[in-house]
Amino acid sequence: MTITNEPGAELDSRPELVSVIVDGVAVSVPAGTLVIRAAEMLGIEIPRFCDHPLLDPVAACRACLIEIEGVPKPQPACAQVVSDGMQVRTQLSSDVAREAQEGVMEFLLLNHPLDCPVCDKGGECPLQNQAMSIGRPESRFTEDKRTFDKPINVSAQVLLDRERCVSCARCTRFADQIAGDSMLELLERGAQQQVGTADDEPFDSYFSGNTIQICPVGALTSATYRFRARPFDLVSVPTSCEHCASGCSLRTDYRRSTITRRLAWDDPQVNEEWNCDKGRFAFSYMQQGRIEWPMVRENGELRIASWPEAIDVAAQGLRAAGSEAAVLVGGRSTVEDAYAYARFARVALGTDDIDFRARAHSDEERNFLAAHVAGSPMRVEYADLEAAPAVLLVAFEPEDESPIVFLRLRKASASGTRVFSLGSGGSRGLSKMNGTLIPAMPGDEASALADLPAEIREALAAPGAVIMMGERVASAPGACAAAGALAQETGAALAWVPRRAGERGALDAGALAGLLPGGRPIDDPLARQQSADAWGVDPSSLPQRGLSGDALLASLRSGARRAALVGGVEAADYPDDLIASLGGVDFVVSIENHHSAVTEIADVVLPVAVVSEKAGTFLDWEGRPRPFGQVFRDAMRDCDAAVLAMLAEQWQMSAPSSVSELRAELGRMGPWTGPRESFAPVATTHSPGTGVRLATWRQLLDLGVMQEGEPHLAATARDTVARMSGATATRYGLPTSGQVSIHGPSGAISVDLEIDDSMIDDVVWLPMNSEGSRVYRDLGVGYGDVVRVMSGGQL
Amino acid sequence: MGTPLTPVITEHWDRPDLYTLDGYRAVGGYQALDKALASDPDDIITTVKDAGLRGRGGAGFPTGLKWSFVPQGDGKPHYLVVNADESEPGACKDIPIMMANPHALIEGVIITSFAIRANHAFIYIRGEVPNAVRKVEFAVKQARQAGLIGKNIKGSGFDLDVVVHSGAGAYICGEETALLDSLEGYRGQPRLKPPFPAVAGLYASPTVINNVETIANIPYIVDRGVEWFRGFGTEKSPGFKVFAVSGHVKRPGIYEAPLGITMRELLDYAGGMRDGSSVKFWLPGGSSVPLLTDEHLDLPLTYEAMAEAGTMLGTGTPMVFDQTVSVVKAVTRWLEFYKHESCGKCTPCREGTYWITGVLEKFEHGQGQQAEMETLTDLCGQIAGRSFCALGDAAATPYPAAMKYFREEFEASTHTSADEQFDPIASYIFAAAGVR
Repeated sequence: MTITNEPGAELDSRPELVSVIVDGVAVSVPAGTLVIRAAEMLGIEIPRFCDHPLLDPVAACRACLIEIEGVPKPQPACAQVVSDGMQVRTQLSSDVAREAQEGVMEFLLLNHPLDCPVCDKGGECPLQNQAMSIGRPESRFTEDKRTFDKPINVSAQVLLDRERCVSCARCTRFADQIAGDSMLELLERGAQQQVGTADDEPFDSYFSGNTIQICPVGALTSATYRFRARPFDLVSVPTSCEHCASGCSLRTDYRRSTITRRLAWDDPQVNEEWNCDKGRFAFSYMQQGRIEWPMVRENGELRIASWPEAIDVAAQGLRAAGSEAAVLVGGRSTVEDAYAYARFARVALGTDDIDFRARAHSDEERNFLAAHVAGSPMRVEYADLEAAPAVLLVAFEPEDESPIVFLRLRKASASGTRVFSLGSGGSRGLSKMNGTLIPAMPGDEASALADLPAEIREALAAPGAVIMMGERVASAPGACAAAGALAQETGAALAWVPRRAGERGALDAGALAGLLPGGRPIDDPLARQQSADAWGVDPSSLPQRGLSGDALLASLRSGARRAALVGGVEAADYPDDLIASLGGVDFVVSIENHHSAVTEIADVVLPVAVVSEKAGTFLDWEGRPRPFGQVFRDAMRDCDAAVLAMLAEQWQMSAPSSVSELRAELGRMGPWTGPRESFAPVATTHSPGTGVRLATWRQLLDLGVMQEGEPHLAATARDTVARMSGATATRYGLPTSGQVSIHGPSGAISVDLEIDDSMIDDVVWLPMNSEGSRVYRDLGVGYGDVVRVMSGGQL
Repeated sequence: MGTPLTPVITEHWDRPDLYTLDGYRAVGGYQALDKALASDPDDIITTVKDAGLRGRGGAGFPTGLKWSFVPQGDGKPHYLVVNADESEPGACKDIPIMMANPHALIEGVIITSFAIRANHAFIYIRGEVPNAVRKVEFAVKQARQAGLIGKNIKGSGFDLDVVVHSGAGAYICGEETALLDSLEGYRGQPRLKPPFPAVAGLYASPTVINNVETIANIPYIVDRGVEWFRGFGTEKSPGFKVFAVSGHVKRPGIYEAPLGITMRELLDYAGGMRDGSSVKFWLPGGSSVPLLTDEHLDLPLTYEAMAEAGTMLGTGTPMVFDQTVSVVKAVTRWLEFYKHESCGKCTPCREGTYWITGVLEKFEHGQGQQAEMETLTDLCGQIAGRSFCALGDAAATPYPAAMKYFREEFEASTHTSADEQFDPIASYIFAAAGVR
């Protein structure tokens, strides 16, 4: 956990500049700059289709031909590197360049159907725009255009109209160079050249939607967006992605109060220009199955109630419980909402029993987060990953659990970063990062970290090395302590990468027992004073350290707590039965946007806004704030904080209810500069027993509640299979293909077996929450537990 | 008769066993190899440089210079790739060389590999000629059995493996970087340059790519010396050339002669035009070079003289057409070829060949428009020099040259089809026999 910032390093890395003259104007650019970029710096836009700043040049479309003094033929500006003193003449000052570009534009339109009036891209189409700026007003082409059947599916989500394609190869290069999913290829030749996939291998990349966005024509379209809107009828709002902690900048486009699509937005520090398909396509949930009105339970049944009545009933129930109430905040809250829960718990309810970890968790993890993560400044950024000599992943599968981290690590690995993954097997993601597996039994990561080979310790000792821990460290006893010790020993920076978008923000906002906002230890007098000052209360009125994690859930179940305030929690996300725990309290208030297992049993249900209906902030895994604005300003529902403020009024307390007030109050409190909680290791004995251990995590595309209503996206998810090594299959008498069943205390899962010899022995992997494999519900076990494996599909 | 024929590569083609190791050895084969292995590799490069051998694949780039671009002592593997993907319409000289005298190629491969310090050589042969593939594979096998290929060749410490690779039928794979992609197992499309193959070619390592005839020249240059080689040809085009004459001549075939011989002389060797026929137009080296007419028959066939006449020596495989042939039809056939073979990578070639072919087909059927003659000129101008590789340039070549000399035929094709202007039967070889 050290920050290495050598003075002068920045000066040394300043690039050598060369001077180039474009259309008579001199500009100094770093050596190695492409002519097209140098011209951009002067505001000179050279036409282009195949050029993309994040893809290797290919110089295929020839739209960017320019004249270079002393070079006989026009050259492609997208592939030509500047040299000192180079004289470039673009279409603005050279007839040769202009005529060459016009010629190419005329050619590009030959076989293009010119169906702009019915094309999704019409209105935001580089071909359309550039044809207007550099093309001939009328075509001289009177022959027949070549035609194709259209559209064809390159995946369930991505449709291809081959007639519109200009063969720029952006999509194929993206698939190959960025995503590493080389499933798209150019096929055939000449005018018959077309993008395609192998017959039995659709373009089921987690990143496939980016190809639609970078397609400079309307050749690639989204199955969900196709024919839904014209770009010029859309209203665009910059937003941030709520699906994971990668922190992507997005653009949300809507029309008539309906989101029509989301695009990756340009953020070089975070997602560059990419995002994953979940972030791009999974937004229907916001528009379906919403809770419309407050509800209260009467005679055992929920009925619609007015807001004043519902607030009144909720406040009465919570007040009756007083400090014997507990607060559960899901990991999907914004910073502002999580802060409002943290504040409401301490000020209105007077309890410190609060936890945001709606997933497998541990006390050790809590202590680690309190000691090292909560309220800390950004220590590891995306740029650091790119510069890192080595990165060790601990219980972390970036392609599934933080896809933009995956893309950046893949990019880093191409320029020399060594990626090590401590886990129970290889994966498609790991091979795409040229990664090396360090074998560790699921749950035994701690001992594997302690026994790390000297060669890897050395690699991690190099300046700039990073250790990244995934959310599954909570299921590996001792792993947090071991990773912390390894970081201490090697000097590698330590990063915790939660899966959900709201987790880091909730942690920093104080939605975890023992931690006031900003990572302030609740036992620290100054921390209490600062919080109390911000909240306008007496420090002595703030509760003492409360319960979190399993202890909190147990106290609910045992009846030691009387009420629960539950906000944005999906019961199935817990390894244990949350509904049974909530059954132990008298009164449950659910603040939710969708009907759920919790609203089913709640006494009061208060509907709130989804991300498109409110402003807010997420903290990504780096700790970088990702603020976003309100897409629908006339939304019927408000944010959680506003509902909590209404409740607080029943205590005669005023609480900030708007995002700006909440931000201002958090800002006034500032970061915690006093002593942090020191890491308290938790003695554990991890003895799951002998047999086959279960490795499992949530795949990017699975049965997550925020992916509901997206059949095209769901169809691109990976098949549900069990993976294990051939040796394990043999040892347990399993066939090498066909169905196997995996058994746990609550039942069994029957799936196809895929032999994967990158897996270590005595481990079986299952997707945690995919079609046909809901591990918690179906097996009653979790990551690192022992299961029984049997051949055949019988359950 | 001014210029004599000078058979060198073709000297012993009348030996039925020349394709075997014994046959080749019987006429002095593999002596040059001994000489080469005993010398400094750099001296071989210098020899080839001094000889002034120019690439016989069409571009005429100085071979020794190309070899000298390979960085030596760079710690990377070097590769020699022989471009035997002869697919140019009209070109038929590499395949006969491989059929008749494959060991000259193999010996050249070994010497060249030794010179550029390559331990792997690849011979990429056009897939449509399995007979040539089999001949070369047989020759490689014999050479390997004789210890001429393999580890520590003839005790020199030099190791070489030779792989014969068969293409899959794409003209574009004759473009050297597309050939490399194809050889690596990818779809054959030209690569962006730089980096040039001499620096980062096959498997991103320094690579020399030479034509079959170029490499087949090497043993003779090494064996007989620079003076001897420069005794043929001209200052800028030294040496001899395997000319393959085709078309309306009495004896189409291979004629090896010094560079600088005239087409008229070659025509004489080929027995002259068929009876009652005269030269209408001819192309010095494949369909990719601009055509010439009977007024150019006395020009020396050298790189420089052909350039001066507005054409290129190309592959040095003259196609001769007599007065029975419609220029419009010939140009249309060539463009159909380029359209079919355009790889699709770059816009001008992919779309341009598609468009031009469509327009030319209208002219062929007497349905061209006057204005489209200028459009075609424009379109060729929009391809030439703007496409990704030379295939596009080649496709832009036939029409402007045809227009230069035969504009009236295109004008006639705005109302009369090519077949009406020129009875196609008359151009067939069996026309003289009266067969219809």
